[in-house]
Amino acid sequence: MNAAVAEVQANNGPLVQIRGLSKVYTRGKQKLEVLHHIDLDIARGDFFALMGPSGSGKTTLLNLIGGLDSPAQGSLTVGGKRIDTMGEGDLARWRAANVGFVFQFYNLMPGLTAQKNVELPLLLTRLSSAKRRQNAAIALQLVGLSDRASHKPSELSGGQQQRVAIARAIVSDPSLLVCDEPTGDLDRQSAEDVLGLLQRLNREHGKTIVMVTHDPKAAEYASHTLHLDKGTLVEHATVA
Amino acid sequence: MKYFHLVWSALMRRKTRTLFTMFSVLAAFLLFGMLDSVRTSFADAGHSVSGAHQLITMSKLGLGNQLPLSLQSRLEAVPGLTAVARVSWFGGIYQDPKNFFPNEAVSANYFAVQDAVVLPPDQLKAFQSTRDGAVVGATLAKRFGWKVGQQIPLEATIWPQKDGSNTWTFKLVGIFHARDASEKSIEGVMFFRWKYFDEARQFAQGSVGWYQTRVANPEHADQVATAIDALSKNSDHETKTVTANAFTASFISQLANIGLIVGAIMAAVFFTLILLTGNTMAQAVRERIPELAVLKTIGFSNRSVLLLVLAEAVLLVVIGGVAGMLLAAGVVGGLKAALGSQLPMAPVGGSIWGEALILMILIGVVVGVLPALRGMRLKIVDALAGR
Amino acid sequence: MNKFLLGLLLVVVLIVCLVVWSLLPWYGAVAAAVLLALWLALTATGRRTLSVTGVGLATLRSRWGASSVIVIGIAGVVGVLVAMLAMGEGLQATLQGTGSADTAIVIRAGSQVESNSVLMHSDAVLIGQQPGVARDATGHPIASPEVLLAVSLPKNNGQDANLSVRGVGEEAWAVRPNVKIIAGRKFTPGTLELDVGKGVMAQFKGMAIGSDLQLGSQKWKIVGEFDSGDAFNSEIWADASTIGPVFHRGSSLSSVTVRLTSPSAFTVFKAALATNPQLKVDAETTHQYFADQAGGINKLIRWLGTTIAIIMAIGAIFGALNSMYAAVATRAREIATLRAVGFQGTPVVASVLLETMLLALAGGVLGAFVAWAVFGHFTASTSAGGGFSFTQMIFQFRVTPALLWTGIKWALAIGFIGGLFPAVRAARLPVTTALREL
Repeated sequence: MNAAVAEVQANNGPLVQIRGLSKVYTRGKQKLEVLHHIDLDIARGDFFALMGPSGSGKTTLLNLIGGLDSPAQGSLTVGGKRIDTMGEGDLARWRAANVGFVFQFYNLMPGLTAQKNVELPLLLTRLSSAKRRQNAAIALQLVGLSDRASHKPSELSGGQQQRVAIARAIVSDPSLLVCDEPTGDLDRQSAEDVLGLLQRLNREHGKTIVMVTHDPKAAEYASHTLHLDKGTLVEHATVA
Repeated sequence: MKYFHLVWSALMRRKTRTLFTMFSVLAAFLLFGMLDSVRTSFADAGHSVSGAHQLITMSKLGLGNQLPLSLQSRLEAVPGLTAVARVSWFGGIYQDPKNFFPNEAVSANYFAVQDAVVLPPDQLKAFQSTRDGAVVGATLAKRFGWKVGQQIPLEATIWPQKDGSNTWTFKLVGIFHARDASEKSIEGVMFFRWKYFDEARQFAQGSVGWYQTRVANPEHADQVATAIDALSKNSDHETKTVTANAFTASFISQLANIGLIVGAIMAAVFFTLILLTGNTMAQAVRERIPELAVLKTIGFSNRSVLLLVLAEAVLLVVIGGVAGMLLAAGVVGGLKAALGSQLPMAPVGGSIWGEALILMILIGVVVGVLPALRGMRLKIVDALAGR
Repeated sequence: MNKFLLGLLLVVVLIVCLVVWSLLPWYGAVAAAVLLALWLALTATGRRTLSVTGVGLATLRSRWGASSVIVIGIAGVVGVLVAMLAMGEGLQATLQGTGSADTAIVIRAGSQVESNSVLMHSDAVLIGQQPGVARDATGHPIASPEVLLAVSLPKNNGQDANLSVRGVGEEAWAVRPNVKIIAGRKFTPGTLELDVGKGVMAQFKGMAIGSDLQLGSQKWKIVGEFDSGDAFNSEIWADASTIGPVFHRGSSLSSVTVRLTSPSAFTVFKAALATNPQLKVDAETTHQYFADQAGGINKLIRWLGTTIAIIMAIGAIFGALNSMYAAVATRAREIATLRAVGFQGTPVVASVLLETMLLALAGGVLGAFVAWAVFGHFTASTSAGGGFSFTQMIFQFRVTPALLWTGIKWALAIGFIGGLFPAVRAARLPVTTALREL
């Protein structure tokens, strides 16, 4: 099988392919199985919501898909690459090129301006500083915050900070966005702005999005919703 | 370099803490710059270029015990020596014992041996042709406002004149400068004619304090010294011959073990500094764990995170340290300008800066390494969850 | 503007406190400590301070890293300060402890120090006959003619150093009753025997009773060790008549030391010497002579030690400020709660200050203890003695109680400066924002 064929296959199959995935945490002598034998495909261009009560394992699953954690068993293929077998260094390089992250508490660098925060992932590329500045400006424009480029996070509202975080997540043009409760700390209006933005990124820019949320209203923006309970998939609903 | 703003913003996250820590670093390196300047000045004194060319032949019993004049002609016959001069310590006092400066009786050919000084040819001639002539260094002349041509009275402490009088008067015929800035201390010395001194003193005529000789080739200095000492072996005037550099070094080592004192103080200072700066870095990394986790999430490698924290620690120490060294250079320069060239402090130059920079980087790495490892080893998932 | 005035006021208070503190004798400090204890125990505010401080100290364990910065930082300053001062004190004590008011030393006029001086045997006889000189039971004047020589010998570290060799007669022991043989015996006059001072014995190579010492062309035997507790411990003593010729000094002398009938007889003695046309000599009591030699050296060492300690103290103050600001920040919530339930500013300020001073005290005690343990019996040597021979002066560091107290005073002053500003910050913390923090 030559490389071109593999490329085509990878592009045609699901972006995320999960088979028999389990995750066990050891707390002292206790073994806690947070994920139990998960099988799941996430298609390219999907907007996927993961719901479930706290402790159901949804964040763990998200972390695994984003390459922040390694499974105990099973396989995890993203964009045609087995990431469950990668070492720490390879995984870091893979994340830099393929995944954007959005967190509940934004997690921006408090000492850096919005512009510099967005530029952060580009430091890991070979781009020139002029090109880095330009790309970051485009990303900020996309989230509608060009006029806030030189502000520090403390000078921005929660919704604005989250939009800067989204700009940071998309600046290196990853195919997958991983969002952990992106609206959990926001008021209704800001939450709707952020969700609208994610939807637009999904529809107009073809980003595949996996989002953990406990808010059914947020889940409505997704094209699929998946419920987790005690580490197993409960239902696989499709919203029209 | 593209990461510089990341490191800088980390330092500026808590401006007061960073500033206070830098002041501590500044104080430590101010002290280092000043103390190392003192240490260097003493260490350099035994490593001069002119000192390597000169041999000092003194009584084996120790300085202060006299040698016979008859040794002169025998020394002149030693191969490898180009000039042989006689010196006697006079120890005279000008007006007040507090005005101490070295003054020595030297033979007319002394400046053929002692090439650390530059004396204009006409003044050298005057020195050689004036019976009671004396030459002084520029620093000394400036200190007492002496002009060429004037009479300088000294009170003898060891050597009275034949009539029992302690007052000796010399005619100033020349003012010399140091050939090299590193030997500026010689500008505080007075030399006058040995012949006049020997003829006029009350007792011990024909005795010489020490012989100062010039070797053709400094690399053969040890062999020549051995040959000189062989001349008087088993006589009742045995000699000990060393290079002028070794002589100076021995003199300083008898004064105090300056290297040890400076070393002990700096060890205490840097030990405290490492603890203090290390604590700052530990605090800084502890409160930034979530931020470091985000960097790793974005795809920064373990090594990048390690280097970022190390760079932060090194930058913290280097900024404070460079400020301290600049201040030290200023203080040393000011003290030298105010108190004169006799002050045992070397200018804060290349070698002291070099040592300081190495120390700064070393201390930076030492205080940064544990927090950096902590940052590197953090588990993203745990750190993001606040565990 | 208000903030600026407060800052100015703080600095003024600080300077006044430091000046008063530096002038305060130890009993003043004890009185201050007693007053503080009474205030803590008896007044309502004091008792509140005590309880707030207790809460603070209870959390010390969790902040041990930052707290140890204060303790070790201050210990470093105090250790270096005490060690440097102990060096100067030791050197001064050795020289000032040498000599007495009822003995006088006579040297050739203008020679300044013994090693420069040359006297003839006839001079010595004449000096002994002057009024004011005490006489022994047989009616002989108690006067010791001596020759002081310098010899270069290897020290324990292998480097050659100059050493004083004193040629003496029987009278030398009589004019200095404090010089005692502690091992072996006195040399026998007319023989090649030596007695060695305690300091020389310890610092120079190959010194032991019974061993040989090559001086010039002759081999000498060490037969005894003496201890005078002063500058003579840095000398070797031999018979003047046998050692003089080895150094080509013949029978010439350096000095004559005489016992006076009383300290007040010195004036008569000195005047008689000055008016005698046969003598050109200077005389001083031996106490004065050695005190003059100490000269400015202790002052110089004190100045150096204090300068170094001040620079170190500045570094330590910033370290303490950092730690205490951090402590106040982590305790912001707890302090705000105390303020919210009605505690006033004073107990909060006092408790932060008290905590810092306690840590500083621990640092001062630690530093002083280390200096005492390391340098309490430390022996060092330097070139001294004046003249050209620059012979070695061997002395012991002296870590006196006064020096230890100086160290503790410095520690508390550093703690005060490092604690005052964070304490005021704690008291001025707006209650509402502090409660919202975290």
